[in-house]
Amino acid sequence: MSATIASFNIDFFQFLSPDGRLISKDVPPLAKDFDELRRLYRLMVKTRVFDKKAIALQRTGKLGTYASCLGHEAAHLAIGSAMREEDCFAPMYREYGAQFARGVKMSDVLNYWGGDERGNDFAGPAHDFAWCVPIATQCLHAAGAALAYKLRGEARVAVSVVGDGGSSKGDFLEAINAASAFELPLVLVILNNQWAISVPRSKQNKAKTLAQKGIGGGLPSLQVDGNDIIAARWVMEQAIQRAREGGGATVIEMITYRLSDHTTADDATRYRDNEEVDRAWKQEPIMRLRQYLVAEGEWDDEREADLEAEATAAVDAAVEEYTALEKPSIESMFDYMYAELPHDLAAQRERALKELK
Amino acid sequence: MANVAMVEAVTMALAWEMAQDDSVVVLGEDVGINGGVFRATAGLAQRFGNERVIDTPLAETMIAGLSIGMATQGMKPVAEAQFMGFIYAMVDHMICHAARMRHRTRGRLSCPMVLRAPFGGGIHAPEHHSESTEAIFAHMPGLRVVIPSSPARAYGLLLASIRDPDPVLFLEPKRIYRLNKEEVEDNGEDLPLDVCFVLRDGTDITLVTWGAMVKETLETADKLAEQGISAEVIDVATISPLDMDTIIESVEKTGRCVIVHEAARMCGVGAEIAAGLADAGLYHLHAPVKRVTGYDSVMPLYKMEMKYMPSVGRILNAVNEVMEVS
Repeated sequence: MSATIASFNIDFFQFLSPDGRLISKDVPPLAKDFDELRRLYRLMVKTRVFDKKAIALQRTGKLGTYASCLGHEAAHLAIGSAMREEDCFAPMYREYGAQFARGVKMSDVLNYWGGDERGNDFAGPAHDFAWCVPIATQCLHAAGAALAYKLRGEARVAVSVVGDGGSSKGDFLEAINAASAFELPLVLVILNNQWAISVPRSKQNKAKTLAQKGIGGGLPSLQVDGNDIIAARWVMEQAIQRAREGGGATVIEMITYRLSDHTTADDATRYRDNEEVDRAWKQEPIMRLRQYLVAEGEWDDEREADLEAEATAAVDAAVEEYTALEKPSIESMFDYMYAELPHDLAAQRERALKELK
Repeated sequence: MANVAMVEAVTMALAWEMAQDDSVVVLGEDVGINGGVFRATAGLAQRFGNERVIDTPLAETMIAGLSIGMATQGMKPVAEAQFMGFIYAMVDHMICHAARMRHRTRGRLSCPMVLRAPFGGGIHAPEHHSESTEAIFAHMPGLRVVIPSSPARAYGLLLASIRDPDPVLFLEPKRIYRLNKEEVEDNGEDLPLDVCFVLRDGTDITLVTWGAMVKETLETADKLAEQGISAEVIDVATISPLDMDTIIESVEKTGRCVIVHEAARMCGVGAEIAAGLADAGLYHLHAPVKRVTGYDSVMPLYKMEMKYMPSVGRILNAVNEVMEVS
């Protein structure tokens, strides 16, 4: 004989259609909280203006390689705005919107990609992790933070983000396992933007969803339209609340699209069709939210013009702060290596100070 | 005063610090009720509970990643890699994160963790259980690599490693886990990191070593004494950052040096020590510096492992070659 001893389903959440209409009468409170929606909209637009400027800085030799966040604004703001300050964020390297919502400054981002470690000593929560280039390792650091909070009995939650590519790595799967085994206050977000540099989602694996990887570890797992800030924020809030109340971890797959190249060192026209990108632009999150706000009478051209001016001014100020920062000192290559400088390194430092000017 | 073997001294140090400092937790595979496969954590779960002595799922990368995450948030995790042969799944986290956490965040975050791992050959273990690959970690800026060679030094150096505000690899030579017992006072006193220990004073030659090889090196010194050769024996203990000053000071006195380590020769820590002597001790040397090491071949399975590892005979040969140079 045989019998089904386990079965699962993955729910997909979406409240706002690509053309900005509510597709359900039963919507989260945020759908009618226009002050909050306008706040999020402003942050999304500022993030996009910042992103465009950062790419321009790279193209003109004023910034190093930069990873764009174009198209991810709703997902990122949903993550960042659903968290409390005492919660802990473990990003990969393009979640600027989430970090801006947590108080990280635009100039911090520029400093990091501008080749200066001081970018990692960012404004915002001092316990948040810095940008993480080794793919998916951040998921385990978030799990470790969550374990620390749980052991100390603190009502804090850790949130980590990984990509569709990163979801193939063992670190991500081990984080799911840890979250399940220790019932951690953790939210693991798979930001599925369809592309891991040149490798499409379909080549990562043949599973119907990436969210279902969480099911394998025994975690509640779901999928959400990551370009719909109302839905993305709703599922984040639910997952964070459950984690905070001791209910354990959640895996959320946010469906979005990387409208940019992987980084400024990449050229996506080498491997993907323009038609696909054109189709993705019709799903993008900022126009979607604007159409909804305008249709509800909560946004207009005048506000849009004001916002554009405000965003440009904020970005220009950040660029000014970035370009005005003096180069790091020779000492800084040595002084943060250890709490106390070892003897031999002190000798190397002394010599460097003499030889390098 | 307790008469303990080295592995028991490890347990004593863990218990002392866990009792003193609530932020210290132990985690790893089988470290809980089983007390670790070598019993290094025996009794800790029973005394401190499962929340502070954490049996993890069987996933080494997870152990390293969790430890880093906990360490950045104010805990002091002491993780165990069950054998050094399984540590490579942890290397990404140790090198890309633990080693550079303080530096890359300009001190905003730090990583006060210890990763303990039994290492080295000589106990007839299966494949991948006997290698000595400490040099991989010694090469990485930001990591401390500490290797005890006796119960007293295991106790004092492990306490110092847990208290250190930066990440420490604490590599335990398992061949000497239960070799000799020693009186160790369980008083919470640590020993200094980043310094060599001069175990035996001598005037004719300096023998530099660490870990399990301290045993063969001291035995060699006894034999040399019978021949009328006075050997100074240095236990490096912290192989990174390296205390060259103590070694150079000794060679200034003896004029001769043989370095002994179980690890393969190529890019071993012995090479760094020899280079340090060439740089700062050359004019005190009467003879070439020799290394007695494992071969640059794969650590054999156990039938041949003792042939691979430096023996008293091989060390004596090297010393005699060095002593012949007038």
